Amino acid sequence: MAAAVLLGCAAIALGPAAALVLLTVAAEPLLLIVLLAGAFFWLLSLLAASLLWSVAVQLGGREDAALLPLGAAAAVLLQELCRFACFKMLKKADEGLATLSKDGRSPLSLRRVAYVSGLSFGTISGLFSITNILADSAGPGTVGIHGDSPYYFITSAFLTMALVLLHTFWGIIFFDACERRRAGGLGLVVGSHLLTSGLTFLNPWYEASLGPILILTLCTGLWAFSTAGGSFHNVLKCLSCKGE
Amino acid sequence: MIAFMNNSDSEEEPCNERTSLMSAESPPVPSYQDGLPASEAGEAQAHRKRRAGSSRGPSNIAGGEMSGSGVPLRESILENEEEELTLKYGAKHVIMLFVPVTLCMIVVVATIKSVRFYTEKNGQLIYTPFSEDTPSVGQRLLNSVLNTIVMISVIIVMTVFLVLLYKYRCYKFIHGWLILSSLMLLFLFTYIYLGEVLKTYNVAMDYPTLFIVIWNFGAVGMICIHWKGPLQLQQAYLIMISALMALVFIKYLPEWSAWVILGAISIYDLMAVLCPKGPLRMLVETAQERNEPIFPALIYSSAMMWTVGMAKPDTAARGASQQTWDAAEDGREQLRSPSHAESQMSETRGPVPTRPVTFEELEEEERGVKLGLGDFIFYSVLVGKAAATASGDWNTTLACFVAILIGLCLTLLLLAVFKKALPALPISITFGLIFYFSTDNLVRPFMDTLASHQLYI
Repeated sequence: MAAAVLLGCAAIALGPAAALVLLTVAAEPLLLIVLLAGAFFWLLSLLAASLLWSVAVQLGGREDAALLPLGAAAAVLLQELCRFACFKMLKKADEGLATLSKDGRSPLSLRRVAYVSGLSFGTISGLFSITNILADSAGPGTVGIHGDSPYYFITSAFLTMALVLLHTFWGIIFFDACERRRAGGLGLVVGSHLLTSGLTFLNPWYEASLGPILILTLCTGLWAFSTAGGSFHNVLKCLSCKGE
Repeated sequence: MIAFMNNSDSEEEPCNERTSLMSAESPPVPSYQDGLPASEAGEAQAHRKRRAGSSRGPSNIAGGEMSGSGVPLRESILENEEEELTLKYGAKHVIMLFVPVTLCMIVVVATIKSVRFYTEKNGQLIYTPFSEDTPSVGQRLLNSVLNTIVMISVIIVMTVFLVLLYKYRCYKFIHGWLILSSLMLLFLFTYIYLGEVLKTYNVAMDYPTLFIVIWNFGAVGMICIHWKGPLQLQQAYLIMISALMALVFIKYLPEWSAWVILGAISIYDLMAVLCPKGPLRMLVETAQERNEPIFPALIYSSAMMWTVGMAKPDTAARGASQQTWDAAEDGREQLRSPSHAESQMSETRGPVPTRPVTFEELEEEERGVKLGLGDFIFYSVLVGKAAATASGDWNTTLACFVAILIGLCLTLLLLAVFKKALPALPISITFGLIFYFSTDNLVRPFMDTLASHQLYI
């Protein structure tokens, strides 16, 4: 039973990420390196956020839980800051690659890089969120023995999946907004990230947290799709398998 | 400890017995093989795989000096293409090293997390004589520093010994030493490992079966590593022995000593490879003077090099790719596994065409990148220690894993820029140590608090 929960939650939480990585990134070495670089930047942001958190807890001396909203907000803002740093670095790398290549064009398109960097943020964020929980789910124990929700594992898995996808979409939208210097896009990404994080504060009232987050994921996905150049027309064309 | 990019076939790829990172840009030099003629090296080409990427660029040759036949008009083109080749193959080579490093780390982490034997304290090696079971923190710190000094001194002594052996051409001694080392690793340590795994999963195995399994594993391993074998099998064996070695270190190095040793060995690596009087650098230079491949064993190579159609008059430079010369290691080589990565990798073979090479005839060269087994071992020690001692936390292990890979990526980038021997340990270990301590002390409480309230950031 524990192994079933472990495998099921792992598949729910990390399945989309694994599929995306295997299908779109694994064949291209440069994209794998971009994936790793994105993960590194996310780790840096987490490190900074945890440092702030520890300092705040030491200084505040209050209950951990009271400082959590601030800690989470700081973490979100630092993540977006690191996403911006990642954008800058990838842009520079792209220009470097373009100058080194024979025909002056870089081997990567910035859109793909945006997608991969978002995916990397999502993957590493998902891994950090879910791995300890998965390790616990394999072992002996009773979920919610102290009165917490017994659906902890499955809801965590779904939340992680949503977060992975959200990070991917945010990556696409963010890079596009940075590229076109549109502050509106940036603000919306940061705002929706803060909203998502804030909604998780409503756990274990899952109707209010998980439901809206999944709806938000869908909307962000559609927005990212249109940012990347997709449209209903494109989808129809693709589905009808018309030759280009 | 040396990352090396050769642009001439006269230069070898010197690599230290422990940690070397090099990208082979020139055809492998013939190995010293007792009594075997160089031409014998060209035999099994069946297992040579064409890389998909190689078909893209027509006859990209990195390093014009490669082709012995004079193709002067191509000199300038080749130099321009060298940059692009570096670029084109750079990312591929990075990934070709990521995969084995990741596999080794996965094996080590999986073993640490499941087999209790490797996390139990059961004595210490003689190389770390000071115990850490002291009451005071200061004493413990002092003991770990002393342990590190002892360990690093042993390493320095053995490296210098090795350099002297090499200088005075005691090849047979080195060869024998390495064979003994790999025997011990492939048989004894595998036996212990298998025993512990069987105990963990409560599986019974009778002695005859055990004997057959261990005998086959060890014998094939010896053949693959020291003689010839399919490239992937050889790579798999090298990964396995690196993992076994790393597990031994994780088990027998006391905690604080392990971290101090990791830090000290990166500094040693840096100095030994880059300082003019460093033993490894002297090794490199001696090998270059003699135009020999030094210590091709103990190196993991990621691809096979084959240069068909290169009319190089000196067949020795191309033919004998079989490098069975196992370099003796330094102090720890008893525990270390010799690797014989080069032999499979550098299978240059076939008849040497004497006609001048034309542009179209030059085959795509598959240049592999080489990384010393010591690098594998220390990366895995870091990640394994993180898995063993970070209070059951997986985030620390993940963070160290990402840090090490990023360090390796940066090292390879520097290798592409500087094109000379570079140490592979410092950047990765530094990142790994920083991430280990910060994740364990700062990130873990934060993430635990968030997870207990089911909050997501």
